[in-house]
Amino acid sequence: MNIVVIIKQTPDTETVIRLAPDNKRIVTSDIKWIINPYDEFAIEAALRLKEKHGGTVTVISFGAQRVVEALRTALAMGADDAVLIDDPQMRDADFLRVTRALVAAAKEKNPDIIFIGSRTVDYDQGQRGAILAEMLGWPHFALAISMESDGKDITIERPIEGGKVTLKAPLPVLVTFGGSHAVWNPRYASLPGIMKAKKKPLAVKKLTDLGLDPADFSPDKARIRITSLELPPQRKAGKIIDGGLDTSGKARELVKLLREEARVI
Amino acid sequence: MAKNVCIITEYRNGDFRRVTHEVASEGRRIADALGTGLVAVALGSGISAKAPDLGKYGVDKVYVVDDPALEYYLAGVFVPVIAEVLKQLDPAAVLLPASVDGRDLGARLGARMNVTLLQDVIEVVVGDDGKIKAKWPMFSGKCFAWCEWADGVPPLLSIRPNIMQTQLLDESRKAEIEAASAPIPKPRASVLKYELDTSGKVELTEAEIIVSGGRGMKDAANYAMLEDLAGQLGAAVGASRAAVDSGWRPHSDQVGQTGKVVNPNLYIAVGISGAIQHLAGMGYSKYIVAVNKDADAPIFTKADYGIIEDLFTFVPALTEEVKKLKNS
Ligand SMILES: Cc1cc2nc3c(=O)[nH]c(=O)nc-3n(C[C@H](O)[C@H](O)[C@H](O)COP(=O)(O)OP(=O)(O)OC[C@H]3O[C@@H](n4cnc5c(N)ncnc54)[C@H](O)[C@@H]3O)c2cc1C
Ligand SMILES: Nc1ncnc2c1ncn2[C@@H]1O[C@H](COP(=O)(O)O)[C@@H](O)[C@H]1O
Repeated sequence: MNIVVIIKQTPDTETVIRLAPDNKRIVTSDIKWIINPYDEFAIEAALRLKEKHGGTVTVISFGAQRVVEALRTALAMGADDAVLIDDPQMRDADFLRVTRALVAAAKEKNPDIIFIGSRTVDYDQGQRGAILAEMLGWPHFALAISMESDGKDITIERPIEGGKVTLKAPLPVLVTFGGSHAVWNPRYASLPGIMKAKKKPLAVKKLTDLGLDPADFSPDKARIRITSLELPPQRKAGKIIDGGLDTSGKARELVKLLREEARVI
Repeated sequence: MAKNVCIITEYRNGDFRRVTHEVASEGRRIADALGTGLVAVALGSGISAKAPDLGKYGVDKVYVVDDPALEYYLAGVFVPVIAEVLKQLDPAAVLLPASVDGRDLGARLGARMNVTLLQDVIEVVVGDDGKIKAKWPMFSGKCFAWCEWADGVPPLLSIRPNIMQTQLLDESRKAEIEAASAPIPKPRASVLKYELDTSGKVELTEAEIIVSGGRGMKDAANYAMLEDLAGQLGAAVGASRAAVDSGWRPHSDQVGQTGKVVNPNLYIAVGISGAIQHLAGMGYSKYIVAVNKDADAPIFTKADYGIIEDLFTFVPALTEEVKKLKNS
């Protein structure tokens, strides 16, 4: 079974976001980069599927050279090979075009199944999976919190507001992974894994290598653009309810404030 | 005639979900700014009877596809049908809920129609030139981005639940109804099970009040205390990652950067230290209360009201006081 996992390198979730002077970008110079946590869940699910049914796991990403590190980590976790799309022409490409390049790279691997995180913790758009599937003409299942496959069909569970849906379809299917660390518990790269990863194939491709026309990716062809970034209003520390009150006195005072000052209860 | 603004509804269990009314109200506001009408595309099984009610929230006309095959949302069915109807309507902008299904539908629809979806929008402005700009939270709300679409690209946006004000225009206003014609494809995927929690539990992303517990709760059983308080307040119960990782609460309760991003009026954090990933998920709450025995816990730097107490004595006292208030 050819399993493809699409990953993205994102800033560590610890990152405090600062804006560049033009208010159009964030400051990235001192950022620690990680694999998008949801993409890690996708890698974990792919490795489990491979352990059960055999096959290969290819990880694909788009981004600058620093993304090699994320791909090597995925290889160290147990993936077999990796592809990085690195083309300066794509730097300001919008969601649809980034995804088009990812689709082209994925197709080269003749995938039976594609896994991807349900959203990235940087842009938080939660679009990649559905767009990829649409471009491939495949069905997709989004936000999986469980995944079973016998190599022919796939069954997943997906949470909805106040409930859960169980879905089944024949392959090929694209699955986006939701849930949280407690659900997928992605493995760490072992030391032998890290050693082996150094020798695993990692191809770097440009748009033309994927049969795409770089002209289609020029910034003026963007269908959507970010005009400015802003930081949320700083929340300030409010009052500590004390005033020498005992426990029930504080509780009474809090209820009073929530009722009369905040008017939320 | 100027092109209309269009919304896509979400219908479940015999009614429109509340977020549909929020989206309609925002759609009405945008349509008024553009000086055009507001139409809706509504898919569902048995949806025709309810569709005129959307008029109350400002919808002028509803294009309905009512079919038993549309009982449950499946991308493979809903996307082609809606895309076909939208092609005929050629709207100025399309709004849909950023609910679980809406996000899924919007992304796929955007790709199919080659317009770019902006997901999880929390604010929309219409310029004097009629240009629409929209804002969405990146990094789970650590930063906001304003976006605009290229000329000639009709904006497609999903609206975050619980953010936009619902405007009930007129209780007796009815929307005009028209049956839309679009072939309904046979899906490749099938729904094996559809389970809804009927306990009346409030969904975190749609809750007005959330009571959330962290590692300080020490044990799964102690959450009964929070359930009690939540019951009194009509609140949903959330959790930090530490509590979920410990197996005390289901993953669906996790609030934060790798959990749910919530925006209630009131968030009560109990035994939660306030790690940056947790703050990212709940920092957008209108009011934050923190209960923690450690005066140096970072959560106090964000809380409107802080209580430095042992949660095991404070929470029951608080529940008592809320009870008194409700009975008075
Ligand atoms: C990639 C990644 C993603 C993450 N995503 C999330 C996420 O989505 N959501 C999330 O929450 N975290 C997330 N985290 C984890 C986050 O960094 C913190 O570890 C976590 O939020 C801590 O949970 P906590 O506040 O419950 O526990 P702690 O930090 O251990 O805090 C417990 C608090 O309880 C207080 N306390 C203890 N006993 C009592 C008592 N009897 N009375 C009163 N107070 C008491 C303590 O003073 C302390 O402040 C993520 C981490 C990573 C690396
Ligand atoms: N390596 C990558 N893989 C996937 N998407 C990427 C990558 N780099 C950038 N992106 C962009 O990040 C956006 C947000 O991701 P998401 O929140 O999953 O929709 C995507 O739609 C892409 O435009």
